[in-house]
Amino acid sequence: MSVTTRRTRLAAAALAAITAIGGLAACGNDDDEPAAGEKPAKLVVDTFGEFGYDDIVKQYEKDTGIKVELRKTAQLAEYRPKLVRYLATGKGAADVTALEEGILNEFKPNARNWADLNPLVADHSKEFLPWKWELGKAPDGRLIGLPTDVGSLAVCYRKDLFQAAGLPTERDQVSALWPDWKGFHDAGLKYKQGSGGKAFIDSITAVSNGVMFQGNGDLFYDKEDNIIADTSPAVKNAWDTATSMADISAKAQTWSPEWSGGFKQGTFAATFCPSWMLGIVSENSGPANKGKWDVASVPGGGGNWGGSWLAVPAQSKYPKEAAKLAEYLTNAKSQVEAFKAKGPLPTNLEALKNEAFIGYTNEYFSNAPTGKIFGESVAKIQPTHLGPKHQAVKENALEPALRAFESGQADKAKAWEQFTKDAKTQGVF
Amino acid sequence: MSLSATTAPPSPAAPPSPHVPSGRSRGRLLNRLDVKYSPYLYVAPFFVIFGAFGLYPMVRTAWMSLHDWDMIGDHSFIGFDNYTRLFSDEYFWNALVNTFGIFALSTIPQLLLALFLANLLNRTFLRAKTFFRMAIFMPNVVSVAAVAIVFGMLFQREFGLFNWLLSLVGVDPVDWDGQRWSSWFAISSMVNWRWTGYNTLILLAGMQAIPKDLYEAAAIDGASPWRQFWQITLPMLKPTFIFVVILSTIGGMQLFTEPLLFANGNILGGSQREFQTLAMYMYEMGIVNLNSAGYGAAVAWAIFMIIVLVSLVNFLLVRRSAK
Repeated sequence: MSVTTRRTRLAAAALAAITAIGGLAACGNDDDEPAAGEKPAKLVVDTFGEFGYDDIVKQYEKDTGIKVELRKTAQLAEYRPKLVRYLATGKGAADVTALEEGILNEFKPNARNWADLNPLVADHSKEFLPWKWELGKAPDGRLIGLPTDVGSLAVCYRKDLFQAAGLPTERDQVSALWPDWKGFHDAGLKYKQGSGGKAFIDSITAVSNGVMFQGNGDLFYDKEDNIIADTSPAVKNAWDTATSMADISAKAQTWSPEWSGGFKQGTFAATFCPSWMLGIVSENSGPANKGKWDVASVPGGGGNWGGSWLAVPAQSKYPKEAAKLAEYLTNAKSQVEAFKAKGPLPTNLEALKNEAFIGYTNEYFSNAPTGKIFGESVAKIQPTHLGPKHQAVKENALEPALRAFESGQADKAKAWEQFTKDAKTQGVF
Repeated sequence: MSLSATTAPPSPAAPPSPHVPSGRSRGRLLNRLDVKYSPYLYVAPFFVIFGAFGLYPMVRTAWMSLHDWDMIGDHSFIGFDNYTRLFSDEYFWNALVNTFGIFALSTIPQLLLALFLANLLNRTFLRAKTFFRMAIFMPNVVSVAAVAIVFGMLFQREFGLFNWLLSLVGVDPVDWDGQRWSSWFAISSMVNWRWTGYNTLILLAGMQAIPKDLYEAAAIDGASPWRQFWQITLPMLKPTFIFVVILSTIGGMQLFTEPLLFANGNILGGSQREFQTLAMYMYEMGIVNLNSAGYGAAVAWAIFMIIVLVSLVNFLLVRRSAK
């Protein structure tokens, strides 16, 4: 008797355990099902890097009584796969989701994953940089994202190294050295000569990044999203300008250890800085180099690297309230506050005119008036159409080919061939 | 069985009833069910977990590989198109060459070294055996990511230790991740460092299973230690050796973390894909590129087939050695 009953009991326990596991898994996700028409108790916001929203949402909570949970992911590289998982499985996404430029464009062909903000918020089209506003729209006219920040470019340079090499150090004089890219190259050669052969810039891919957004027409895609990477004059121009800088480059790939270590070691004297890059430059250079960096304008006018939008996933249970929150976070007041907190550059026209923004100076960078410098640079960015896989073509076709040329693995013709071939495969969507 | 309820006397408290099935026959039914099905329940946890995390993903991947699949959009059935595309995909073959190249560079020297070390540890004259056996296994305990990051620093172009050492003897700094041979060498060295000790221990265990009489007899016949190694140790060790080779094959074909971190997280593995492995290519196509998830699934199945193929070759070798 005892043996079988013990067996049966064990079996029952095992069965119970299995069903319990199943039951646990089943009840994990629907803890906050809303009653229709009810005000949400909590909205979730997903951001990557630093958007500077901590204090702003506190105010919002006070005003509306809706709790806001900020979910921050440090690296964009970790943020994207999470987002893809939320969309692919249809659950887990925040109510308000920050979309970086590359991600936004990549997600546009599947726009129905996102709520159309047009009916949910007031018409803000005149309040933002027009090109930035346009990029927030999907091809079907759906408004996916409200603009947050923009990555307008400046040049960060080391005053002490410039001085040692016999170049001017004062920021206006430095800006005057390079009205165009040829001037920039000449300055680089002069630096190389004066410093005993040291490199001037970090890499030529940084240059191509700067040139691409200076308005020579469509880049990798035309307006109908056909891939035109091999024939586009804007791309060719960026390519030629970038490759001409190989002789003054430290060949340090952005984000590599050579690159981040190079700031301290002074392996290069200048780099291209979007506003969000200032924090990274100061971190990599360390407190010992405080006051040695300064900020000058970028050759050939404005440029753009990065920048984001706020979107509402279609799976959000409170699209209306989420849209209102996104609206609040992108208004002029919030954008100025975010800039002061963490440095993302405003896209709201009113914020760009704000006294507090224009008057802002950065202590680490020799008190450079970064608000003014970046504000002026923003105005010069040329509206550019970015295709769905712009980021993939740039990162996995253009930049590897440039690096192959820069490091001497391929000559210019072969590297171009590599780029045009890869652009076609990377650009398919 | 004999102890069970079937042989128990009827309970005096329960008067026999003509209609209701007695507790006895209910007990018998339960018992039969128990005997028949409870073994399945005991093994169920493994199969449930294997089914959920092993079998289902495999079947699902196979299903995906027959589609043009967009991770966040639509998908449509395209039959074996993804597989035919593999054959003409230059970057797939490139990844295959890289994988086998790094595999050869990391497995051959590693196993030779492991054999040498195992033989050394097996010697009777060695002191502090346990210490050495522990010490040689230590690298395997360190996490892959830590190994890859530290080696990545050692192999840096500007401030790396190896380039500094090279500069001492007057050799120009090597751009380790800029060329095929140098990047393969760097990645293999990570694998070698981590796995040599592990293989040494397995080979050592194999060596200790060889009967001592053989060596004694050989020694009496006047065979030198070298000859004993070649004619006794090696032939007797063959099955263990093949096992170690199969394990290394599976690991080598799936090489991912080391090359990825060596490329600073860039999935291309070098500006001209000099060290992009098959697993990295699968990740690029299946995860990084949202719209080619189906093709990525096909790459995953191709890796699976290649591992099966290589393991089959190894299996045939074992059979031959057994004859």
